[in-house]
Amino acid sequence: MQRNVLEYLEQIVKRLPDKTAYADEKTEMTFAQVSQNALAIGTFLREKGLYKQPVVVFMGKHPRTIAAFFGVVYAGCYYVPIDEEMPSHRIELIFKSLDPGAVICDSLTAAALGKFGYQGQSYLYDEMICTPVREDLISRVRDRQIDTDPIYIVFTSGSTGIPKGVVACHRSVIDYIENLSSVLGFNEDTVFGNQTPLYVDACLKELYPTLKFGATTYFIPKELFMFPLKLVEYLNDKKINTICWVVSALTIISSFGTFDRLVPKYLKTIAFGSEVFPIKQFNLWRKNLPEARFVNLYGPTEATGMSCYYEVDREFEPGEMIPIGRPFSNTDILLLDENNREASFGEPGEICIRGTPLTLGYYKDFERTGEAFVQNPLNNCYPELIYRTGDIGRYNERGELEFISRKDNQIKHMGHRIELGEIELAANMHMKVNTACCIFDGSSKKIVLYYVGDAAKAEVAEFLKEKLPRYMVPNVIESLDMMPLTANGKIDRVFLKEKYSKR
Amino acid sequence: MEQLLEILHGLHPEVDFETNDRLIDDRIIDSFDIVSLVSDISETFDVTIPVEEIIPENFNSAKALYSLIERLIEEE
Repeated sequence: MQRNVLEYLEQIVKRLPDKTAYADEKTEMTFAQVSQNALAIGTFLREKGLYKQPVVVFMGKHPRTIAAFFGVVYAGCYYVPIDEEMPSHRIELIFKSLDPGAVICDSLTAAALGKFGYQGQSYLYDEMICTPVREDLISRVRDRQIDTDPIYIVFTSGSTGIPKGVVACHRSVIDYIENLSSVLGFNEDTVFGNQTPLYVDACLKELYPTLKFGATTYFIPKELFMFPLKLVEYLNDKKINTICWVVSALTIISSFGTFDRLVPKYLKTIAFGSEVFPIKQFNLWRKNLPEARFVNLYGPTEATGMSCYYEVDREFEPGEMIPIGRPFSNTDILLLDENNREASFGEPGEICIRGTPLTLGYYKDFERTGEAFVQNPLNNCYPELIYRTGDIGRYNERGELEFISRKDNQIKHMGHRIELGEIELAANMHMKVNTACCIFDGSSKKIVLYYVGDAAKAEVAEFLKEKLPRYMVPNVIESLDMMPLTANGKIDRVFLKEKYSKR
Repeated sequence: MEQLLEILHGLHPEVDFETNDRLIDDRIIDSFDIVSLVSDISETFDVTIPVEEIIPENFNSAKALYSLIERLIEEE
């Protein structure tokens, strides 16, 4: 049985040493190069005495960064990806809470490191990879490594403003990668076009299956996501057949009429998630790529990556919702109501996750770990953890799981308990609304609806008055050109709240 | 041109759009801005920017963007 993610690398390097594993505009690395660099970095870190501690990888988005990740794992440490794109205040907080053993930089990021108040050791990737590999050091680490040892820490934003470091282990990542791969059907011919940043868990979808199958991942230059036609030209040029993107990256292509000029003709598998896919845009994709598979994914960072999937198997009309379907194999979903009992069929409940893909919790934060990773309330016989996502879901009449809203989107307004998600759902049913997000401004006690779409404000207001009880109709309706998104591709509610309170 | 500068300043009040001609090269404008620009321009000038014109050359400076708008108005 596989116990270590590095076994993926060790097996593929024997079979396909000279195939390109990861590539960007300027560089590409074969599996042999990834392996050699990772082993050298692992040796270097061990020689410096680093073991079982976080090592920050502060590098640009290129293939060498991935080799650095695996190098950290070879040393028995855990990698923490940081990117210059992240707000510097956030990076400072991360350094403070981590107290990392070392930082790995590339020549471009080394200079920027000083501004985050980090005083510890930092090493240059290009120098580290010159270290002669010492098999004895590497295998001594491996002998003692178990599958519940951490591999990485990625930071997600906490509601209090202090980021939380989610710690994932070999076991959870292997389980996730195996089940994701069987749902999406990756193989040796898979050519990934990566869109998501390397400092979020989303990139696991490409990084590890590339090793498992001997596939190839291209890191798509970020600026192409501004120029839809160039983006599709790139996809065709690299013969990319598999993408796992946030919805807004997909709609950039469909909403500018790109398909009338050019279709990404090699695409066979399109996975998306983190946001509601506006049906009008989704149908454009499906119409232009009738042979492709479309899969909606759902899951929190705390359960390693994605936990649920739905492969689109029928037509959707504007106003309908693409479900999140059902859990991956070896993952179980509980929908719990306010009394910690299973919600009855069709009733909303908090989505709770049970199973091997649960991560270990939040780094150096037992308190917040204990709030979210809790004893399964349906089991009072032996210890069993579930993760409470804080997301509200329900089963539709077909028995498919649907995502409704965040739990903390529940507000009390004029004596009524209101799920802001229900207002969003109603607004999304309007033909000319693409995306809607509802916030509650506590100081003015107003429900504010932001939406993107061609509908006039008055139209939306009138429509909502028909659909919703009077007390749920937003007090303020504002139209936006585009929804602000977080790094994870979710609607940035904090930004919208601030935008409203600063108006 | 005045109207266009106003739209651009709305996005990034701190940028001198009259002289800056590296808006894309220096990553001043991002994909969020492009989406808003295309929609604001179509509203203000009543022209649709076709996808083949959404290219870096047309968005690198206010001047380039304005000449694109003029060209599109003429073609209509």
